[in-house]
Amino acid sequence: MRVWHTLLRRELGGYLLSLTGYVIITAVAFLLGVGFTLVMLAYNGDSLTVPLTELFHSTLFFWLILLVATPVITMRSFAQEHFSGTYETLMTCPVGDAQIVLAKYAAAFVFYVLMWLPLLACLQVVHRQTAGGAPFDWWPAASTGLGILLMGALYLAMGCLASALTRSQIVAAILSFAMGLTLFLLSFAKAGLGARAGWMADAASYLSMVEHMEDFVRGVVDTRRLVFYLSLSGLFLFLSVKVVEARRWK
Amino acid sequence: MADDASPIIEVEHLTKRFGRHTAVSDVSFSVARGEIVGLLGPNGAGKSTIMRILSCFMAATSGSVRVAGRDVMGESRAVRRRIGYMPENNPIYTDLRVREYLKFRARLKGLGFRQSRRRADFVIEQCGLAEVTRQMIGTLSKGYRQRVGLADALIHEPELIILDEPTIGLDPHQIRAFRQLIRGLGGAHTVLLSSHILHEVEMTSTRVVILHTGRILVSDTPETLRARMAGGGQVTAEIQAAQPSLEAGLRRLPGLVECELHPLEDGFWQCQLTPRPGVDLRPGLYRLAVDEGWVLRELALRRHSLEDVFVQVTGGVGPEREGWE
Repeated sequence: MRVWHTLLRRELGGYLLSLTGYVIITAVAFLLGVGFTLVMLAYNGDSLTVPLTELFHSTLFFWLILLVATPVITMRSFAQEHFSGTYETLMTCPVGDAQIVLAKYAAAFVFYVLMWLPLLACLQVVHRQTAGGAPFDWWPAASTGLGILLMGALYLAMGCLASALTRSQIVAAILSFAMGLTLFLLSFAKAGLGARAGWMADAASYLSMVEHMEDFVRGVVDTRRLVFYLSLSGLFLFLSVKVVEARRWK
Repeated sequence: MADDASPIIEVEHLTKRFGRHTAVSDVSFSVARGEIVGLLGPNGAGKSTIMRILSCFMAATSGSVRVAGRDVMGESRAVRRRIGYMPENNPIYTDLRVREYLKFRARLKGLGFRQSRRRADFVIEQCGLAEVTRQMIGTLSKGYRQRVGLADALIHEPELIILDEPTIGLDPHQIRAFRQLIRGLGGAHTVLLSSHILHEVEMTSTRVVILHTGRILVSDTPETLRARMAGGGQVTAEIQAAQPSLEAGLRRLPGLVECELHPLEDGFWQCQLTPRPGVDLRPGLYRLAVDEGWVLRELALRRHSLEDVFVQVTGGVGPEREGWE
């Protein structure tokens, strides 16, 4: 645990000591700001009945951040160490492979959370500027946050795997972006199936991230969603550990 | 813990294949505690592969490798705790400061908070890093970086230190300083280092293991190896004489096998004389010069270095010269 903590601090330091970390945070803050402004403008025109949180996820900005930022966050975790050779000094320390993977993953996740923090500021602004009570309920806002964290957990795990597979950061980013985009586009598979009911439609709706997010912004926390994201994240992390272990046997 | 008399490294019938390429083939050797052993061989001889297997970075294809009595695959973590390993080209994080990096590595190797600070300060002193402790590693010179790598290898007081090409890319002055550091480690630690520079190994090691195409050719002390070549050294002489008389005279020199002449200024000739094994040409050459009335201004016997040993044991299939510094 102590070693894990040391590794986590180093990994997080890697994000925060380098320019890339701040570039990502700035870019995301910018996108969030633009998205938030657009939502505010929509409210300004005429009175809408849709709650604020629900409107936010329907802007493309949320998905854009999820799809693009996560590969950029995770691309360096293993690929950079492979490339610079520090992988060898790291792997010859008395540290378990799983510990290394988990530390890198946890650092990416903490950074991901930091990256979303400006969203809280957006909510705070709305809360302050509205006369006579909150314009939104806190519970759906919290469950939206949970949705963001769960989706991030899965996408970062995919990114970790992609990064463990290659020594090029670019390849790692492209690979995890492709995996992430595929999963996201499955959301629209249901539309392609048309009105046909049956197991395929069921499966499509089970996999549909857009539907999941619709639930979350309404304040619905379905255990099926929790199981979906947590088990898939676990699977990708397990695969990452196996890839790291396999390197020893090459 | 194994007792002090048992060897710290025991390698038996180690083979490592990468696909169809055999990097290390049926290698066996052992290293006793306190030795400084130099693995020597041209690039691609299998030095790095052996070191990577010893430090648990990769697995052997077959054979058994034990460090301090523990199997490198079965008890990998226990082995890694006992090894300080500096890989080839010394890869380190460049975005940390020296002391910061050493503390981080100490913690990673399982040292406590206080102990890691204490050890960091100790190795900083030991490796002469005191004036750069707060400097970013990325801005350090190659020599200092190499010392940081060595400090990292030493930080958890390992029983065995493995250094892969520790002096590559250093200037002569830095090499000398580094060599002294390594020699200072002998006795208290066991050191296994690799090099493709013969002189390097000759200067630091108490034992030399010569590798060629994945096999061990010789394993002995540098002194014994040189003694094997005793006598029969090449002689260099600078003589002022007319070429015909010089050539005719040298032909009469007893024990001479081969002679090369290079013209110098003022009618001097540089003669490279190779004798039959076991013959010292110098007295004969001196007498010849006196008899012939030649002016002799230099007469030197070239002592054998490990390079000659290497060429001898590899049966003349020595590597291209430029690979040897």
